[in-house]
Amino acid sequence: MSRGGRLASAVVATARNSWRQLTSMRTALILLFLLAVAAIPGSLLPQKSVSIEEVQQFVLDHPTVGPWLDRVWGYEVFSSPWFAAIYLLLFVSLVGCILPRAGEHWRAVRARPPAAPRRLDRLPEHAPARPVDGAPATVAAAVAAALRSGRWRAVARQDETGEWTVSAEKGHLKETGNLLFHTALIAVLLGVAVGSWYGWHGNRLLVAGPDAGFCNTVQQYDEYSLGPRVTGAELPKFCLELTDFLAEYHDSGQPSKFRATVAVDGDGSPRRTRTFSVNDPLRLGDANVYLFGNGYAPTLRYTDRYGRQQTSATTAFLRVDDALTSEGAIKFPDANLNPATGERDPKSQVAFEGLYLPTVPASPPFVRSAHPAERLPGIMLWAYRGDLGEDAGIPGPVYQLDKSRVESGQLKLVGAEPRLLRAGESWTLDDGSKVEFLGTRQWITVSVRHDAGQELVLVGVGVIVVGLMFSLFGRRRRVFFRLAEGAAGASAVTAGGLPRTDYAGFAEEFARVVAAVAPARADTVPDQRERDGRDGVVAGSADAGGTGT
Amino acid sequence: MMSALSDQLLIVTIVGYLAAMIGHAAEYALGQAHAAVGARPGVRQRAPEAAPVGAPSGVQGPPVSDLPDPPASPPGPPAGRYDGPAPATSRAAVYAGRAAIGATMAAAVAHLACLVTRAIAAGRPPWGNLYEFELSVTFVGVVVWLVVLARQPRLRQLGLFVSLAMVLLIGAAGLIAYTEIKPLMPALQSSWYVVHVSTIVIASGLFLFGAVPAVMFLVREGHERGLRSFPYSLGPRVPAAAGLERLTFRMHAFAFPLFTFGVAAGAIWAEAAWGRYWGWDPKETWSFISWVVYAGYLHARATPYIKRRTAVWLAVLGFATMLMNLFGVNLFVSGLHSYADV
Ligand code: HEM
Repeated sequence: MSRGGRLASAVVATARNSWRQLTSMRTALILLFLLAVAAIPGSLLPQKSVSIEEVQQFVLDHPTVGPWLDRVWGYEVFSSPWFAAIYLLLFVSLVGCILPRAGEHWRAVRARPPAAPRRLDRLPEHAPARPVDGAPATVAAAVAAALRSGRWRAVARQDETGEWTVSAEKGHLKETGNLLFHTALIAVLLGVAVGSWYGWHGNRLLVAGPDAGFCNTVQQYDEYSLGPRVTGAELPKFCLELTDFLAEYHDSGQPSKFRATVAVDGDGSPRRTRTFSVNDPLRLGDANVYLFGNGYAPTLRYTDRYGRQQTSATTAFLRVDDALTSEGAIKFPDANLNPATGERDPKSQVAFEGLYLPTVPASPPFVRSAHPAERLPGIMLWAYRGDLGEDAGIPGPVYQLDKSRVESGQLKLVGAEPRLLRAGESWTLDDGSKVEFLGTRQWITVSVRHDAGQELVLVGVGVIVVGLMFSLFGRRRRVFFRLAEGAAGASAVTAGGLPRTDYAGFAEEFARVVAAVAPARADTVPDQRERDGRDGVVAGSADAGGTGT
Repeated sequence: MMSALSDQLLIVTIVGYLAAMIGHAAEYALGQAHAAVGARPGVRQRAPEAAPVGAPSGVQGPPVSDLPDPPASPPGPPAGRYDGPAPATSRAAVYAGRAAIGATMAAAVAHLACLVTRAIAAGRPPWGNLYEFELSVTFVGVVVWLVVLARQPRLRQLGLFVSLAMVLLIGAAGLIAYTEIKPLMPALQSSWYVVHVSTIVIASGLFLFGAVPAVMFLVREGHERGLRSFPYSLGPRVPAAAGLERLTFRMHAFAFPLFTFGVAAGAIWAEAAWGRYWGWDPKETWSFISWVVYAGYLHARATPYIKRRTAVWLAVLGFATMLMNLFGVNLFVSGLHSYADV
């Protein structure tokens, strides 16, 4: 052989060997074990996909190992190359395992049951000769037919000595289930992959009211992410407006029920009203809308020193505790416009910082709400006047005032004390302007999502569960009959049974099958039951000799 | 009122399992004494040199671990030494063992009553938080135990380990995880949640009970290999290894699809509640780990050339990961699931 030829055959041999190694059960086990171990850091270290803030905090708290862990994907274990390497190898091994087994199984299912062994009394189960009326050929046919009606795959044939035999087999569903189960694992992996390639989501806060709705475009989300195969232009078109939000709480403050009502339009169908809640998302074909959180957006009306009124209604306050104490800032950049020129006076823009208490406690301090429902709503307001700095085109923080402007004196606190306003009350500031607390609107946070692989995963998991049950509870077994010429036109029927898998109840089944398909003449029924003293610990002794599959 | 009653019943339950444990221990001790009086080969006489660990006796006898379906006849060297569990031969031992089973049954009734009163007080099924979840899991475990016992009375020796596990787990539930009754959060008001939790409770109970014969198999099998240090010294007192191994497999074969279904139901619920069916939240991660380890156990058991001992170790490891999920994650790691517990 030429040198090149030798090299090529060595390469082929190595490749074949590695493939055999990779698809061996031992490798599958090791990879499974590695997969389990590799998942552990994902539960102990904070993960970016769960909470980016926790990751940042962790890195701050652990200045030495923190950044190092980041370099080895410690905070994104489940999308790390090493985690992927393990499961991809496992799945390659899986495919290499399934394909040959599927072929073998296909052949096994179509093959006729094997010939009956010569000595049935050597099998784990055995029934001694019993007379059955009829010639061997007739009885064989009858036995085979009876077995078939019991869903055995049975064949009657004459062996080389001319004796009639019946071989029957049952339980291929075990292997079918096993193959289905392993194949479905691949389907699930594909479903997960499709979901991450073609999925997308966007989160945002949605205040109730016709002036606060949004449409499904990436610009209108506070935060969004698109799978690598999706562009923003492909998002389905629809718009949502929150028309009503119902929140019910127990007296303890624990929530008992949330329900959001929205108007949907902009998707080509007429405007319609739909409701959704926690656990019951709004399903809109190519997108689902989930309800995540809720809170209040106080409405303030400010009457400036020239008597012009402005109302601010869609500014959400963020919750600071479970009793929905909420804080936020409401800005009136157009306050005190010079009525003659229409110009802003940079010294007299107005803003309020507020602490909203849906239920003001009975006595001070009024810093924490007593209950999340609006039983006795009130808002603590700090008034500021000065330059908000929002003309420069840089939008300030949404939920707070720009603290640096307060520190630098560009914004000044008006009056020394904050003021508590109940719904409908007003506060007249030192320059004669006035702020009124009109009430609140509700807001919710929604997550709008689409996972294109979800259905595939669901079907895959269904097949996994069903396949597992067939695989674990199925039992392969064989029974054989030999029919010798007996006296007086009868046949002498012996039977043997072979469980191919762990099967404690086989003895009983064997006895039942033999009695049913080859009913002995009434005068000579051997007592099947007397055989094994099966008081054995735990499992009977029936499955000796099974060889597994 | 109901809630206070439930708390008192918890004490009764723990005391009941403790009594059962004492009964089983007494049975063990009396049986041991009797066995020592009788002409049983003394454990001490069998010095390690006599059976070098390097040449485990399992290699000579019918191999305990290498056959997929070992014959049911007790494996191991010279007959007579390992002829199955020595039935508790002294009369006092038998009484102690029976009393222990009686105590277990009484404790199980109190256990059930504790759960029912808790459910009545809360106006919902008793699995709204870690404490209730653990009480439910252990209850399933004890029911499985009693069912198995009714069918295989000779397994009574397992009782010492079962009642020990009960006392430890319920004690831990009461001491560490106790929570005042609270109504369910809206996120938990879902029929998939009910399906999810109930199947996981039952599967965990089965895994819990399955871990008992697994550990005892390791003890017995270790003893048969000539190990004589503490847990292995209990070897002669536990049933034959092959039977224990098979019971371990039965329990796991039953629990695994149920667990798979329960995790899947949880994913369906998570999709509706959180917008994603899987998010690698610590609880989900540990369920995944348990699932993979148990899958490894089933694989190992189905592989002829892998020792049964290795496979059973995987089952025990699987239960350790379940415990991590039940106690470790709830107590040390925070995640979305943790709000079910506070
Ligand atoms: C994704 C990883 C895998 C998982 C989660 C998994 C899981 C399982 C489970 C739970 C069983 C038990 C069901 C039963 O006993 O019938 C099983 C059986 C089996 N698996 Fe896997 N498996 C995986 C990969 C593989 C691979 C890579 C191979 C091939 C090397 C393989 C070969 C087998 C075989 C032959 C059985 C049948 C055992 C028997 O006949 O009882 N599996 N698998």
